[in-house]
Amino acid sequence: MNIELTGVSRVYGATRALSGVDLAVSDPVRVLALIGPSGGGKSTLLRLLGGLEVPDTGEIRFDSTLLGRGDNPVKSGTAMATGLSEHRKRNGFLFQAFNLFPHLTALENVALPLAKVHGLAPDAARERALACLDRFRLGDHAAKRPAELSGGQQQRVALARAMAHRPRLLILDEPTSALDPEMTAEVLEVIAELCRDGQEIVLSTHEMGFARAVADEVVFLADGEIVEWGRPESLFGAPKQAAVKGFLGRVMRW
Amino acid sequence: MLLSWRVRVSPRQTIAWTVSLGLGATFCFFFWVLLAHPWRWEAVAPYAGNLLAGWGMTLAVSAAALLMTVAIAGALTAGQLSAFAVPRALSRFYVEIVRGTPLLTQILIGFYLLAPVLKIENRFVVGVAILSAFAGAYLSEIFRGGILSIPKSQWEAARAIGLTGAQTYRYVVIPQAVRRVLPATAGQFANLVKDSSLLYVIGLGEFTMQAREVNAHTYATFESYVPLALGYLALTLPISFASRWMEERFRYEH
Ligand SMILES: Nc1ncnc2c1ncn2[C@@H]1O[C@H](COP(=O)(O)OP(=O)(O)OP(=O)(O)O)[C@@H](O)[C@H]1O
Ligand SMILES: [Mg+2]
Repeated sequence: MNIELTGVSRVYGATRALSGVDLAVSDPVRVLALIGPSGGGKSTLLRLLGGLEVPDTGEIRFDSTLLGRGDNPVKSGTAMATGLSEHRKRNGFLFQAFNLFPHLTALENVALPLAKVHGLAPDAARERALACLDRFRLGDHAAKRPAELSGGQQQRVALARAMAHRPRLLILDEPTSALDPEMTAEVLEVIAELCRDGQEIVLSTHEMGFARAVADEVVFLADGEIVEWGRPESLFGAPKQAAVKGFLGRVMRW
Repeated sequence: MLLSWRVRVSPRQTIAWTVSLGLGATFCFFFWVLLAHPWRWEAVAPYAGNLLAGWGMTLAVSAAALLMTVAIAGALTAGQLSAFAVPRALSRFYVEIVRGTPLLTQILIGFYLLAPVLKIENRFVVGVAILSAFAGAYLSEIFRGGILSIPKSQWEAARAIGLTGAQTYRYVVIPQAVRRVLPATAGQFANLVKDSSLLYVIGLGEFTMQAREVNAHTYATFESYVPLALGYLALTLPISFASRWMEERFRYEH
């Protein structure tokens, strides 16, 4: 993946969620992990990368696509708006709270974007959705609505929805923080599988062991700034910044 | 010995018993009035045809107004949720005016002021138009509330999978909103049926007007108005039942 952020800021009212972030990640890197304390700006950065929002200042490029250049809000109909919309269609986004559509079955949740966004015929969309659910071991649950599924199953359906159109980039925002340990394990299992298959992924997580195991590059965000970034061995093995050391010490303690 | 006589009564039980006794007593009183009344059905019998015709007229006005109400409410809701300021302001203005003035006033203004200018002489058409213009304003507030009650996360998920704004309404927001507004919508429809009784002021020969005339001819007040009440129930209860049935059918939380 090729990601380039220069001087990226995002402000919500009085909160600076991101302030002047510079980051460049390029190709052999396939899996990028964001870690750091709560409120550090991880979700904000992922939302910008996913094209769900644009920065207030600075510039973001993914591959060669420009994802905002400090022009917030983007006027609809402009080249920028079209580019962002294309970007969103190409990628997959997974939310912490699953955000499945409660009125649709698991199968319909996965098939909806295939049919309505990616132009598959209804039958082809269902077939592909079913194959995708099978891949995530959800074949038996295709006809169930979200309320009838466990948290781990819901998150795997959401993953199937984000993966069904074979996204260029998969963005995962704390995919397991709403799950209990057993469900966390079942979801991480599936994500690790995707990583092994070569899927490009940017994720934020509080599962340090998982980040260390799957990431090619790790970024530590706190108070809207990148404090440290590098290979997982060095960031987890020998952190340079006191803030990172302190954070890792606290979360690894238990 | 004495202690065993003490019965523990929780506040909830007290409330339940009070309500039951109160309502039971009210019903008993009501039935007693009905039973004690010296009925003179033979006085109103010759007018049964008039009552039936009035009932048919009320059914026709209500059915036509119901369809138009939904159309008007849909348009007003779209206006109020529009991204543009002018339709938003105009819809808001309309809703406030209609909700802030009595239906009787609107009927009189509509019939004596607007209809002559528009050269509409058919009372049925005028009645349906006024009634749906009135009910549409209320229904649009119900619709608007339903749409705004869909959580932000659903809009965001729709955006993330690449649905357009129109597709988001069509496949994600409206199906969920419909389920939520069903009970209030059914209530509004029942109101519409009952409000149609005010159309007697423009001389539309609907149910209430017929009953008043029967009463005027026969002085058999009870015998004129009890069928009136039952006739309205025959229209409003099915609405209520249909709503319950649809709520059950469209439910997706278990
Ligand atoms: N829509 C919003 N409106 C107002 N403030 C926001 C909004 N989104 C994020 N913030 C604020 O921006 C800051 C960064 O939030 P962000 O969600 O990016 O953090 P995070 O690193 O993902 O935290 P967590 O680990 O708790 O998910 C926080 O202080 C948050 O309160
Ligand atoms: Mg977050």
